[in-house]
Amino acid sequence: MPIRLEIVTPERLVYRDDVDGVQLPGSEGELGVLPRHAPLISTLGMGELRVRKGDLEDVFAVIGGFVQVRPDKVIVLAETADLASDIDLEKAHEARLDAERALEIGLVEGADLATARAALQAALVRMRIAERRQRREGARRRA
Amino acid sequence: MPSQRDLRRRIGAVRNTRQITRAMQFVAASKLKRAQEADLAARPYDEIMDEVLADLAAVLDVEDHPLFARHDGGDRLLVVMTTDRGLCGPLNTNVVRTVLREVLDDPGRVSTVTAGRKGRDALRRARVPIVAHFAGFGDRPSFGDVIPLARLVTDDFLAGRYGQVDLIYPRFVSTLVQRPVVEPVLPIQPAADTQGIPGRQFIFEPDPATVLARLLPRYVATSIFQAVLETTASEMSSKMVAMKNATENAEELIDELTLSYNKVRQANITREMIEIASGSRTRA
Repeated sequence: MPIRLEIVTPERLVYRDDVDGVQLPGSEGELGVLPRHAPLISTLGMGELRVRKGDLEDVFAVIGGFVQVRPDKVIVLAETADLASDIDLEKAHEARLDAERALEIGLVEGADLATARAALQAALVRMRIAERRQRREGARRRA
Repeated sequence: MPSQRDLRRRIGAVRNTRQITRAMQFVAASKLKRAQEADLAARPYDEIMDEVLADLAAVLDVEDHPLFARHDGGDRLLVVMTTDRGLCGPLNTNVVRTVLREVLDDPGRVSTVTAGRKGRDALRRARVPIVAHFAGFGDRPSFGDVIPLARLVTDDFLAGRYGQVDLIYPRFVSTLVQRPVVEPVLPIQPAADTQGIPGRQFIFEPDPATVLARLLPRYVATSIFQAVLETTASEMSSKMVAMKNATENAEELIDELTLSYNKVRQANITREMIEIASGSRTRA
């Protein structure tokens, strides 16, 4: 019995499909969801969202948001969600440098400081996920 | 009677105008398509947000949270959404008229935040107090663009400067109809928990209060973002219709001018013929 997964951001519906299982970056730690999970609403941290469907696995970089789990359906409300293969490593790197620079100058404070820190973390998460994916693909090609 | 040359010049001028209005019509049509898609694409997030909030409201005493609290007697803040550019029919005028009606209902107690240059200009002329202005959401608004606006509104509400915050924007009903609507955002009114699984059955992680605290700021931003998307779609459809009418009017004018041009030309030829005929008769 598959479970329906929907990933939505404020701007669009990112993903909708029937899947066998989902791994989520919950704010309290990794969260694995299989069909017939108890109803759950949780906040999300930043990290990898892994979708398992048969032998295939899709990886998304998810930043902030919520998840609503029902026995037959998982709805992820993410701030941003990008398929790992869509992440532009160079852009993420640039974003990281920008964020680091903003923090170094030290002009940011209060709410802006939190935003800058969040941006830095988001960039780091994206880079990590994209890099891991590249490595994995490289290994597969060599094999 | 205007000369042949004058008429020809005027026909040329109206043709140029027609070319421009027609180009604007087509540009608006293609942007409208994109704006509508963006509007539809953003809806699921908004809907699920409502649902989760309703679930939370079922388990928590949300009235306790400051964003739900009614401060009676506080001033009212209107977030007015208009377009940055003109030439889009009666759209902005209608929104501004709605705002002025609200202001007159409760004189002296209403302030506005404007998004869109046209609204700011009109309200400034009408001497309605404007506390802040946001511009440049552009044809493709992104969620990040509305966050500063959402933060300002939320902070001012929490600080107790306003007792109520409403959005006024042109709702996109159809290509032909855009209606200004007044939509309350703060205090937040959660929908009834009727959809899906009742809130009491959910496990909340880390706990309901934390989830609520994380959700609410985004909830306000989502409502505002939805309104911005509707405004863009309304702008494009109103512009498309206005430019279509302008193109048709130009065509009508060209027809009329061409008719009078031909009449003048005909009259001139007839006159010349008479002159030639009478001239040759005298010589004979």
